[in-house]
Amino acid sequence: MKRTAGDIDTGFPVIEIKDLYKSFGDNHVLQGIDLSVCKGENVVVLGRSGTGKSVLIKIIAGLLKPDRGTVNVLGYDVPSLDEKQLRELRLKLGFSFQNSALYDSMTVRENLMFPLVRSSKNVSRMQVKEQIEKVLDAVGLLQAINQMPSELSGGQRKRVGVARTLIMQPQIMLYDEPTAGLDPITSTEINNLIVEVQQRFHTSSIIITHDLTCAKTTGDRVAMLLDGQFIKQGTFDAIFDAEDERIKSFYDYNFIQE
Amino acid sequence: MKYLISKKTDEFFSGISDAFSFMSRFFKEVLKPPFEGNEIIRQCYDVGVKSLPLIAVTGLITGLVFTKQSRPSLSEFGATSWLPSLVGIAVIKSLAPLVTALICAGKVGSSIGAELGSMKVTEQIDAMDVSGVNAFKFLVVSRILATSLMLPLLMLFAAFVGLMGSFIDIHSNEQTSLLNFFQHAFEKITFLDFASTIFRSIVYGFTISVVGCYKGYTTTQGTQGVGKSANLAVVISMFLIFIEEMVIIQIVNWLR
Repeated sequence: MKRTAGDIDTGFPVIEIKDLYKSFGDNHVLQGIDLSVCKGENVVVLGRSGTGKSVLIKIIAGLLKPDRGTVNVLGYDVPSLDEKQLRELRLKLGFSFQNSALYDSMTVRENLMFPLVRSSKNVSRMQVKEQIEKVLDAVGLLQAINQMPSELSGGQRKRVGVARTLIMQPQIMLYDEPTAGLDPITSTEINNLIVEVQQRFHTSSIIITHDLTCAKTTGDRVAMLLDGQFIKQGTFDAIFDAEDERIKSFYDYNFIQE
Repeated sequence: MKYLISKKTDEFFSGISDAFSFMSRFFKEVLKPPFEGNEIIRQCYDVGVKSLPLIAVTGLITGLVFTKQSRPSLSEFGATSWLPSLVGIAVIKSLAPLVTALICAGKVGSSIGAELGSMKVTEQIDAMDVSGVNAFKFLVVSRILATSLMLPLLMLFAAFVGLMGSFIDIHSNEQTSLLNFFQHAFEKITFLDFASTIFRSIVYGFTISVVGCYKGYTTTQGTQGVGKSANLAVVISMFLIFIEEMVIIQIVNWLR
């Protein structure tokens, strides 16, 4: 199911991060991060819990301000954007949250409709209905259209969360721990969905995870985050073939599905 | 990390500064389109219509009990005929706005604090923001407008029900007619009294919703933080309501 390197446009980086620093009080989370994501590429940011992986994608989405460094997303210099420009950029981003962040008081249909009707003024009811059904079909959850989030399983909630971002036709997807808290079978389904989204909707993605199976299945490239810095970037196999003790110890604690 | 005075004092003052920034953001956003009309109407229904039963019961009991408590003192001087007038002044000028505000601080303030707090810790507010929706406008501006609009209406309802409670007692003792009762109840009420009561209710509604939204919107520390936000929303807004009552009464007396 994985894409070939030929599908990735290496000459066109959609995300470029240089010398990024972020601290919370005395906790120096990111200490000089450099990262580039090409058009059509899935980059996995791998690291232990609490290493600042989620902080990184929240900075990319403009939810947090960096202390220092440049963050360029689709030509926008994110830290310097005002509210209006930030909303403009966010319409091109899809953010799948760790806990799905579905709106509790709305049905699945309303969850999907909410961002769509607010961003597109000239969209008819029929178009909205078609769009909702199309993305729900893409994530295999059309039958849950009238259900409340509380009636869905963890995996279904993740799928609806992804569908809610896909409905905005994003150019970049940001996945925060997509397989956290899921059983191995559901995790595999979500991993396949991430690759399918890349192929079908031609998105570039950053996938934040500490799950090696997820990293291996979904990533064209892996960046290993440790102590606020990327200690190595490359393909999954190239990273874990290296003789670095810090990477080896991370690998040893994980179970790899071939 | 170095602090200007001490950690707690610095946090207290930065909290006040953040709350004022939050309030100023409301004034900036309120006049900008899009105007979330449907959400404002939904919030008006939640704040107004859903509070009616509670306001009706507390208003009725307040009017009834106040009349019963005042009767013995007035009857000592043979002045029970002043009861409608006394109750009118007490209910319209003081009891209705205060009782309505305190009930709404408990019911509406805690509900706003808990709802937004829960949305914050489950990243639903972030989800709105990253999908290009102005979450502040949708969640905060609509709630503040709805509460500020509904409080005066709820207050008028509480005043009416409170006077009816009083009438029940007066009618059963003195056989006073409804028309006669209301004529006497409004005898001493001036336009300034009425206007200040409406104004105070708007201020109380604004206070309850701003505090509730601010505490909810800035919730941290998971579910424990949600409970704390809901609790603080009630405590702080009740405290501010009493301070505002004192200040506005002083200003009205000065204007008089």
